[in-house]
Amino acid sequence: MNKSKITKNQAFLPFAIFVAILIFNTIISGGTFLEMKIVDGHLYGRIIDIIRNGSKLMLLATGMTMVIATGGTDISVGSVMAISGAVACSIVSGAILPGLGGNVVAAIILALLAGVLCGIWNGILVAQIKIQPIVATLILMVAGRGIAQLITKGKIVTVSSDTYYFINGGYILGIPFPVYVVLFIVIITLLFTKRTAFGLFLEATGCNSAASKFAGINVGLIKLLVYAVSGTLAAGAGLIESAGIKGADCNNAGLMIEMDAILAVAIGGTSLNGGKFSIPASIFGALIIQSITTMVYALGVAPEITQVVKAILVVIICLSQSKEFKDTVIKIFRREKVVAGA
Amino acid sequence: MKSRIKAKGEISFSNVSLLITIILFLSLFIGGSLRYDRFFSLSTFFNLFNDNAYLIIAAVGTTFVLLTGGIDISIASTIAFTCVLSASLLRGGVPAVVVIPIVLSIGLGLGLGMGSIIHYFKLQPFIVTLAGQFLMRGLCAVISTESIPISNEFYKAAALNKILIGRAKIYYYVFITFIVIGGAYYILKYTKFGRSVYALGGNEQSAVLMGLPVARTKIAVYGINSFCAALAGVIFSFYTLAGYSLQNIGLELDAISSAVIGGTLLTGGVGTVIGTTIGVLIQGIIQTIVTYENLNTWWTKVTIAALLCIFIIIQRIISIKAEKKKGK
Repeated sequence: MNKSKITKNQAFLPFAIFVAILIFNTIISGGTFLEMKIVDGHLYGRIIDIIRNGSKLMLLATGMTMVIATGGTDISVGSVMAISGAVACSIVSGAILPGLGGNVVAAIILALLAGVLCGIWNGILVAQIKIQPIVATLILMVAGRGIAQLITKGKIVTVSSDTYYFINGGYILGIPFPVYVVLFIVIITLLFTKRTAFGLFLEATGCNSAASKFAGINVGLIKLLVYAVSGTLAAGAGLIESAGIKGADCNNAGLMIEMDAILAVAIGGTSLNGGKFSIPASIFGALIIQSITTMVYALGVAPEITQVVKAILVVIICLSQSKEFKDTVIKIFRREKVVAGA
Repeated sequence: MKSRIKAKGEISFSNVSLLITIILFLSLFIGGSLRYDRFFSLSTFFNLFNDNAYLIIAAVGTTFVLLTGGIDISIASTIAFTCVLSASLLRGGVPAVVVIPIVLSIGLGLGLGMGSIIHYFKLQPFIVTLAGQFLMRGLCAVISTESIPISNEFYKAAALNKILIGRAKIYYYVFITFIVIGGAYYILKYTKFGRSVYALGGNEQSAVLMGLPVARTKIAVYGINSFCAALAGVIFSFYTLAGYSLQNIGLELDAISSAVIGGTLLTGGVGTVIGTTIGVLIQGIIQTIVTYENLNTWWTKVTIAALLCIFIIIQRIISIKAEKKKGK
């Protein structure tokens, strides 16, 4: 019974795929893949790289899972990343609000606030004005990079602050700082969605928004909230990104990353129609995407092939989730059996 | 009976939307003419077509998909793939007469494939076309990650030959765009297939019950869209005379927003090709005005997003009113 419980968990399949990719990587690399070194008390290694580089995607996937659970989509996260990076870097470098004197903490708070605002804007469009989520978030996706350019005045703002670099490159007890951020966020959201009724409300809203409304759930507020959370997490990812490249690049920060975030959720097995969701499953989805990127590098083929691999992966995963496809396969399988039997 | 009332309501809705779009286009044009010397000319108007010929074709294709209530985010990659593949084939010495049919049929095949997966396996169009987007962009990079110039005589001729009317010029390839607009208009308005497209977007279940060929229609719209994208790619390679794997990132969103500004409802069932064309021209004219104002190009994006927002809200208000009317 215990065993079936584990395999039935939504996170099991993505976890298994992730482990399979890791094993495959270990074999093709002849074991060097698993190697971990401790240099100056910091952990180094391929797996650490995957987790650290995947932290942005994991943050986005966490927010995206909740948005998708309510039956929505947020395609503005990449632009929100650009905005938050622009706000933070401009403040740290003193280009805007020089009164703050380049205070990193203030910069981070304001950047996150910008993310909250972006999320609330999306939420209002979806929940109050009742615009389709893709279209509603499309507006900010198109405008977001422009707004980020407005903040940086069209330049690439560079920062030189070790405190700011810490967001991406820092270590605590030998483990990269972004890992703690992801862990913290995942634990908090898990507590909220599993230990309170909030998770149930999300699923109810996604399954049948009208029925949930009649059942007394404040559907509008729930939707507003998930977009706000998604915006905030996107802003967090934007901070990690800009700390990583030590500056704000409004044109390229988080470009097309929304697609990867949605893909991570889809790989995690959460239906894009809304309803049942699993945040751990999406986290493994994000890790799968990141490890495929690393794998393609390790195989020594052109990194551009990653896109093709991703495309094939999307098709396989989506087909495996499609009931119609399973029926077709079963039919073909049965027919072959009959033929073989005859 | 009920469906007839609904259809009537939708037609008036699309008329209002189209009217707003046309008024906006004219006022932008007049505004620009009043503000700048030399803005008001046939050449400014023709240049809108010269510069946006490929986008119009792509947006017309997207309109088909949007009308059925679907979405296709793979077209930008398809355009890039078409350009890169044509450029590399041409460099290999394959004649243009062979290259163009090849790339067009690849586009058509891709669309039909995605359409079939969407229809038969009941998958979300967004995710299937996302896979298409990754695939085409990846294949581009597989062919070449560097920009390949095109030096084929036919392509050069297509890129440079134009008709002069006074000082205004119109390139030959723009006429392909006109043919596409005309053809799409005719198909949507006067053929059984076109009416099925609208019916499918209005209500898929009713369309099935009415005995309309839902499978064929649904697969065909994705085929048409990807074919249009490939054709847009051919025109784009005329326009730039090069193929580059990172071309046109995000163009699918330009196409979708043009359609929305042109009055297409993303829930399906409402919209016209003419509206979409004007939607593209509005984006083009904003770009022109931004250039005249000597502003940074990102102002174009912000303005378009603001317009998009206004239009979507207007659409919501109109459809809420229509719902209330129906309620009475």
